[in-house]
Amino acid sequence: MKLLTCPLNGPRNISEFTYGGEFHLMPDQNKTDARQWAEYVFFHDNAAGVVTEWWCHTASTFWFLAERNTITDQVIRTFEASEVFSQRKARSVIEDQA
Amino acid sequence: MPFGLLKYGLSTDYPAKHHFTPATELKKHYDVVIIGGGGHGTAIAYNLAKYHGITNIAILEKNYLGGGNTARNTAVIRSNYLTEAGVNFYSESVKLFNNLSNEFNYNVMMENRGQLTLAHSDAAIRSFRWRAEVNQHLGVRSELVDRQTIAELVPNLNMSEDSRFPIMAGLWHEDGATARHDAVAWGYAKGACERGVELHQLTEVEDIEITQGRVSAVKTNRGRVECGAVVQAVAGASSIVAKKAGIPLPIHCYPLQAMVTQPYKPVLTPHVSSPQVHVYVHQTSRGEFVIGGGSDPYPLYHTRATLEQRESLSAAAMELFPFLAQARLLRQWAGTTDMTPDYSPIMGLSPVENYYLDAGWGTWGFKATPICGVTMAELVATKKVPDLIKPFELERFYRFEQINEAGATAASH
Repeated sequence: MKLLTCPLNGPRNISEFTYGGEFHLMPDQNKTDARQWAEYVFFHDNAAGVVTEWWCHTASTFWFLAERNTITDQVIRTFEASEVFSQRKARSVIEDQA
Repeated sequence: MPFGLLKYGLSTDYPAKHHFTPATELKKHYDVVIIGGGGHGTAIAYNLAKYHGITNIAILEKNYLGGGNTARNTAVIRSNYLTEAGVNFYSESVKLFNNLSNEFNYNVMMENRGQLTLAHSDAAIRSFRWRAEVNQHLGVRSELVDRQTIAELVPNLNMSEDSRFPIMAGLWHEDGATARHDAVAWGYAKGACERGVELHQLTEVEDIEITQGRVSAVKTNRGRVECGAVVQAVAGASSIVAKKAGIPLPIHCYPLQAMVTQPYKPVLTPHVSSPQVHVYVHQTSRGEFVIGGGSDPYPLYHTRATLEQRESLSAAAMELFPFLAQARLLRQWAGTTDMTPDYSPIMGLSPVENYYLDAGWGTWGFKATPICGVTMAELVATKKVPDLIKPFELERFYRFEQINEAGATAASH
């Protein structure tokens, strides 16, 4: 059994989790053309190495982020999305305000 | 031929015949460099050499001939897809497969034993009817069959109405077949090398040089090679190689596991798959039961085998064929699949002028090998995209025109 540590529920069998895709900040839809939007939606880094990705604990529907090595399948750390998203605003809005 | 065989049989030292002469030194320049020495790469080289007169070709293989996903697939050949683009493409491939042994004068052990997909729900029956109609319209032998026909086709299938998912109907695909996957790559490599193509094994492409939107050379661990055109045919590492040419791809790599039992007497003729219990089973000509299913639940560049998958595949296979409970597993393995968002391949032109893509082969790469060789060679030689692969171009994602191929997998992912 492979374990994944959920920031909310602690270590659980990885079969309880759903993989949610690579972590990328969503571009500002008002400043993005169709090509860039297609790249955001369909294209992936698909990197071999340490990546940041979304995971969901299916039973509790808790979404969080994980750093995982895609060659060794070693999970380096898992953390709450609040580490990245401190406010409910799109990145471009945060950048504009900065 | 009989005398040759007799001589060979009576010989004391059993002279091994080499399929091809391994290339030694890398030349400075090749007209075409093919990255990846699997079924696809060798098929492209073979077609370029035999039908387009281009022989100054190097196949650069990181490891050894046919040692990647060509060696790891479950050798299923079929064309009962759902989209028009998919059915046309794969049915051409099945036709080419049927003639492959003659084409090579080398036995690829093609066996036309048919393929049966099981429906365990009304929804599955509806989708199978749809698939059968599309298939028949495009000239593929594919039909919806009832329980009685299924019991006749596969007498030892568990037809009990008390099972977890009773079998309600099936999609019978008479064109379904299997072939020796290694022999396909060997046949292509042999034919290509006989015509002057160089196969360089243990030669890894480390970087791709691009000048003014064109590839000028590739850097390998054995030196730099200038080239007129490059084709990448590296399923399982497509994103990594394309990145060297600065091309992003809509691919995620997932492991796909399969396993095989010890050999038993022949009891199962067709290939049987169930999208409901996520398993497919066929018996090879050697007698082993090959058992495969869905991809792993998350991306990984590793070909390890997991206990979880072994358990779920075993449980599902035993549900269909209870006698397999007594079977002993011989081995379990994994391949790395390039999964695309629409379950269709990515073939054809790339943003780099003379760099051609043969990627996104997910779980449908082996069955496309011959048609890939034909169409990609035509593209490289004529610089015109053949109609058959036009729908699969990378550009489709930028136009939001995906080819939603729901019939791509024998066991759904």
